[in-house]
Amino acid sequence: MPNKVINKVTFPHMGESFRAFKMLLEDLGNEVILPPRPSRKTLDLGVQYAPEFACLPLKILLGTYMETAQKGANLIVTSGGVGPCRAGQYAQLHKAILSEQGYDMDMVVFEPPKLYPLDFIRNVRKLNVARLSYRAVYQCIKRSWRKLKALDSLEKYTHVIRPREQQTGVTSRIYKDVLAWIDQANSIKEIKEAENAGLNELQKIPQDQYRIIVKVGLVGEIYVLLEPASNLEIEETLGNLGVEVERSMFLTGWTVDNTIKETTELLNAKDAASPYLPEMVGGHGRDSVGHTILYSQRGFDGVIQLAPFTCIPEIVAKTVLNTVGKEYNMPILTFFLDEQTGKAGIATRLEAFVDLMKRKQKFRTSTANS
Amino acid sequence: MKGYLGIDVGSVSTNIVIIDAHNRVLKGLYLRTRGRPLETIKQGLQQISDSLPPNLTVCGTGTTGSGRHLAGVMIGADVIKNEITAHAVAASTVVPDVQTVMEIGGQDSKIIILRQGVVTDFAMNTVCAAGTGSFLDQQASRLNIDITDFGTLALQSSNSVRIAGRCTVFAESDMIHKQQMGHNLSDITNGLCEALVRNYLNNVGKGKEILAPIMFQGGVAANTGIRAAFNKALHMEVVVPEHYHIMGGIGAAQLAKEEIELTKKTTRFKGFNITSLDYKTSSFECDGCPNACEIAEILENGKVIGRWGSRCNRWDILEVE
Repeated sequence: MPNKVINKVTFPHMGESFRAFKMLLEDLGNEVILPPRPSRKTLDLGVQYAPEFACLPLKILLGTYMETAQKGANLIVTSGGVGPCRAGQYAQLHKAILSEQGYDMDMVVFEPPKLYPLDFIRNVRKLNVARLSYRAVYQCIKRSWRKLKALDSLEKYTHVIRPREQQTGVTSRIYKDVLAWIDQANSIKEIKEAENAGLNELQKIPQDQYRIIVKVGLVGEIYVLLEPASNLEIEETLGNLGVEVERSMFLTGWTVDNTIKETTELLNAKDAASPYLPEMVGGHGRDSVGHTILYSQRGFDGVIQLAPFTCIPEIVAKTVLNTVGKEYNMPILTFFLDEQTGKAGIATRLEAFVDLMKRKQKFRTSTANS
Repeated sequence: MKGYLGIDVGSVSTNIVIIDAHNRVLKGLYLRTRGRPLETIKQGLQQISDSLPPNLTVCGTGTTGSGRHLAGVMIGADVIKNEITAHAVAASTVVPDVQTVMEIGGQDSKIIILRQGVVTDFAMNTVCAAGTGSFLDQQASRLNIDITDFGTLALQSSNSVRIAGRCTVFAESDMIHKQQMGHNLSDITNGLCEALVRNYLNNVGKGKEILAPIMFQGGVAANTGIRAAFNKALHMEVVVPEHYHIMGGIGAAQLAKEEIELTKKTTRFKGFNITSLDYKTSSFECDGCPNACEIAEILENGKVIGRWGSRCNRWDILEVE
């Protein structure tokens, strides 16, 4: 009997989302080779084989694919992209580099289904090894979507709890346990239960009610925002400095915008940005500007922009953000990340930025009282 | 009498300062770090303690600079703060309405914008150190002049020579070229000062609203040639404070004072007798995951008192309070 070709599927590592993707792909009958959390080894591999001036996400993803290929993966599921950002071309570039290095890997590239509906169906077919009915596939997607949402809501909650925790590190530790519960949940009912139990557990963490907390919005390019390994765990670092972080982007939000309809939030960001940046500049450049304005209107203390080094959309956004920061009196700090980025330099700047915001807040309250 | 100790451990210099309760500088030391921070701190503390008034007690300690964590666990610091905050605090004590602080140190340079006494914006050099003290140090030795004579020599210049200052290596080639063209030494040193200032304003100071009063501090502020070049480029007089070279240490001491006054805690300072203890540092590569973090640790009499460099909590040590 000829060996049936088994899909050994892998995909980019973005935060905790792999838990939902793993479930979906396995339900559809694929063997999943989990992408390892990007490490220095991942980046070293990526840097070695990627063009020097390609951006950090390309390098990390290339490294990830090579690591998973070495574990036997033969199919990569990834997303494409539209507009003037190089990421749209990355899937093809990855494939070319991988085959040059002797890795024969197939690719399924999901472009926004709004624009390419047929392509979407063809891709789903390729991954539907179990030959499930469309109805069953829909159910699988729905469940993994629910899991993704649970993961996002738990992560959001850690951003609120971490700066207030009495004992440093407790939130991160409990969050780890909670993620394992989500992992084990399969039906929608179980996922909901695990999510609620997780939120409860996080809520029970002893908190310091008197601490000065500053609120910071995170904007920037999607990959470096969503993958903590690529931004040197900036959210955790900020949390430990007493900062409540709100990220402008979550995978569930992005997917809704690009599959069904645009969420009101993103429409707002677009509207807010339009006096400063009326054009779409690709990537998430305009979102970065818009979200900064929205954060400022909501009374945040500061905004941090994260971008891969050489990312054109974010470079455009940074230039515009100079004006926005001045007009809205909003402190903005930008980090361009690449393989050279050192944690010490970032830590110093973050500390100084947090001091700046805390002192400003103290100053505001003291003048308001006098 | 109450005193507060501040230590700024930088790449090139380490400064150790004692201030009194009215923010007056009682003692200030400026030492070269020479890549041996532990020895330098010990030696400095020894010097300070030998010359202190006998009735002075250290009520608070603060550390800053790139070696702040190392110095912090070594002496038992009440606050460990980044150098931006420390410099801003020190500057606004000397000139309360200061709006701009320019600090040029050995390997980094920064600009801090304050409005109404609060830091509103800052920038540090990121990818290049061409506009810093090490750059001048190197060019001085290349020209075979003492770095302390650099400024006076530059001031004698009557004719400005433009030197490309974007990159240290290119600046050097440009300088050699100018020498071979027959320009005299004072014009070349002046050209270097102007190049550094141009580089600083275009890089670190880019997009920042530089308003008076402007403070100029850090080791490079000693250089009269650079001061003059700043005055010329900004069309304003920059203020160089009396203790320009130890402002980081002063800031750290003030932050310590603030912290102690606010929390009413007693200091964690281990005392000047630590100079007789044995301190060692060592490092190793963690094999726990593919990140292969480089872990550095400091040992006091053979016992680990601090560790850095890991991305997880594997190497955290429990604090014994």
